[in-house]
Amino acid sequence: MFTFTSNILKNFLSQRATRRYPFETRSPFDGARGMLLNHIEKCNLCSICAVKCPSQCITVDRKASTWECDPFACVYCGICVDACPESALYQKPEYRQVAEKREMISLKGEIKKKVKKETDNGIESE
Amino acid sequence: MKEETIPVTKETVIGETAKIKIEGYRFVTMTCVELDENQVDVIYHFDENLQLKHFRLTVSKDTLIPSISVVYQSAFLVENEIQDLFGIHFDNLFIDYRRTLYLGGETIAAPFCKFTVKRTDKSAPAAVQAET
Amino acid sequence: MSKTIIPFGPQHPVLPEPLHLKLTVEDEVVTEVIPALGFVHRGLEKLSEIRDFHQMVQVVERVCGICSVIHAMCYCHGIEEMMGIEVPPRAKFLRVIWSELHRMQSHLLWLGLFADSFGFEALFMQFWKIREKVMDISESTTGNRVIVSVNVVGGVRRDLNSEQISWILTLLKEIEQEISALKKTLLTDYTVTKRTVGKGVLTKHQAYGIGTVGPVLRGSGVVQDTRTLGYAAFNELNFEPVVESDGDCYARTKVRFRETLQSIDLIRQAMSKIPNGEINVKVKGKPQGEVVSRVEQPRGELLYYIKADGNKNLDRLRIRTPTFANIPAILTMLPGMYLSDVPVIVLSIDPCISCTER
Ligand code: SF4
Ligand code: SF4
Repeated sequence: MFTFTSNILKNFLSQRATRRYPFETRSPFDGARGMLLNHIEKCNLCSICAVKCPSQCITVDRKASTWECDPFACVYCGICVDACPESALYQKPEYRQVAEKREMISLKGEIKKKVKKETDNGIESE
Repeated sequence: MKEETIPVTKETVIGETAKIKIEGYRFVTMTCVELDENQVDVIYHFDENLQLKHFRLTVSKDTLIPSISVVYQSAFLVENEIQDLFGIHFDNLFIDYRRTLYLGGETIAAPFCKFTVKRTDKSAPAAVQAET
Repeated sequence: MSKTIIPFGPQHPVLPEPLHLKLTVEDEVVTEVIPALGFVHRGLEKLSEIRDFHQMVQVVERVCGICSVIHAMCYCHGIEEMMGIEVPPRAKFLRVIWSELHRMQSHLLWLGLFADSFGFEALFMQFWKIREKVMDISESTTGNRVIVSVNVVGGVRRDLNSEQISWILTLLKEIEQEISALKKTLLTDYTVTKRTVGKGVLTKHQAYGIGTVGPVLRGSGVVQDTRTLGYAAFNELNFEPVVESDGDCYARTKVRFRETLQSIDLIRQAMSKIPNGEINVKVKGKPQGEVVSRVEQPRGELLYYIKADGNKNLDRLRIRTPTFANIPAILTMLPGMYLSDVPVIVLSIDPCISCTER
């Protein structure tokens, strides 16, 4: 009996364990996988990320030179970040804010004329 | 599979299961694998002291497989699952949900099969008289 | 005496997930139970036909929202065994560390929910407060709180540096103290013992015959822990399966409570023994063959059957989650119990329905 009383008293006297959320936020951890972003100027539109993504939320259109990601389908696993040969993709530790509408991240890039390079899935970038 | 796998037939499966139960094995689960249009593998997994043993039953899809829930009662859940997802039928189930465990009452197709066959006999589930 | 049929669930305050039980009640005593599932069936096994075997790691992580690391680990073990990949030793230890962290957070979550199921809100809050620290470790080391995506075929994706290790060790010390402080309440308080002792008894013989796994089986006095198979780095760590003999809700609570502390110990051991080196190897080729892989999840033994025929997609992936094996136990535990004890007993198997239906 009354085994929990001391605990309750302690909780009364100590700081509160929760935060007053919207006004007070905890800074994210360094390694947290938050938003997925693309340095589009580095991107070569090789579409490796689109192939590797487990939720298939990235669409790369080489003709129209667009890179598109559906952030609502993305599961923030970071596989694409690891796979990107140009290190164009990166993840910010902050999480995405809630949104009213479904928005796609749509970026316009360009295919670079570079040294010939072979990639995993056999697509060549000239 | 690196563990011992014993081929069984429709006739011997109950007997073999009863034997293995006496030997002290625990029922783990069953797996159904579609082989081609007509055939499926039903694999029974048992375990004793972390040592696995499997039975492999290869039958055509329209076979009425005897349920091992007469030996290991708890097998009824996984047998109902296979019945739902692969459209295979088990005879003498401890609780027969008649393909309503996961599916709606009227589903005829077998969602986990690449090839769906037309089912005969016991097929069309009487809609809602699900649970016994 | 007249019979009444009472539907329990799928929406019930005590159940975090939709499980439906059709209870036949005579007066206040349950006489018959029929479970019904299928409210959240997702067909993830079927997805293996359109996702390749690397992508399936992320898919199987989503089978269970609480112990994702362990699902991915089991899947990776299966594929690695099939392809003959030897995982670097450091990766094995990292897998142990993350899987034990997950076991801890899962057990803390359950201890909280269980306290909630018999109305002990303060204890519930206390356990979840501790759990938040474990989640912090998980977020800072892997990047996500629950679905951490650290396992890949061939190893792990993130490493721990020595700063992180010492930070985790200090946090673990705090966590251990806080959990131990709750031991007296959880195991001796009148509210707890009154609601759990002698409820939902499963004898040793019954538990084994039904094929239950994990804490339900160990709570009934059967020594069975898949970790003793020595997968990942468990063969190099020192531990004994936690076993209690009474087979009631109280025994299962005790098993889970002791396992939480055991996990802390295992993490410490793993951290002291962790070797240096690579954390993953490059994977070449396609899997082929048939394999059964098993690991111990917080809820019990998890089994993956994988069949592949040399394509990049798997032929068949079958997941048998522990709750699937534990649900038939409800049929044995409930008859003879009072209706008001049903929530406590159902929760004592730690049901994870999304897991069950995949
Ligand atoms: S993998 Fe990298 S370079 Fe290739 S399309 Fe994706 S973001 Fe661009
Ligand atoms: S983070 Fe994962 S889900 Fe999101 S785009 Fe990258 S690979 Fe796809």
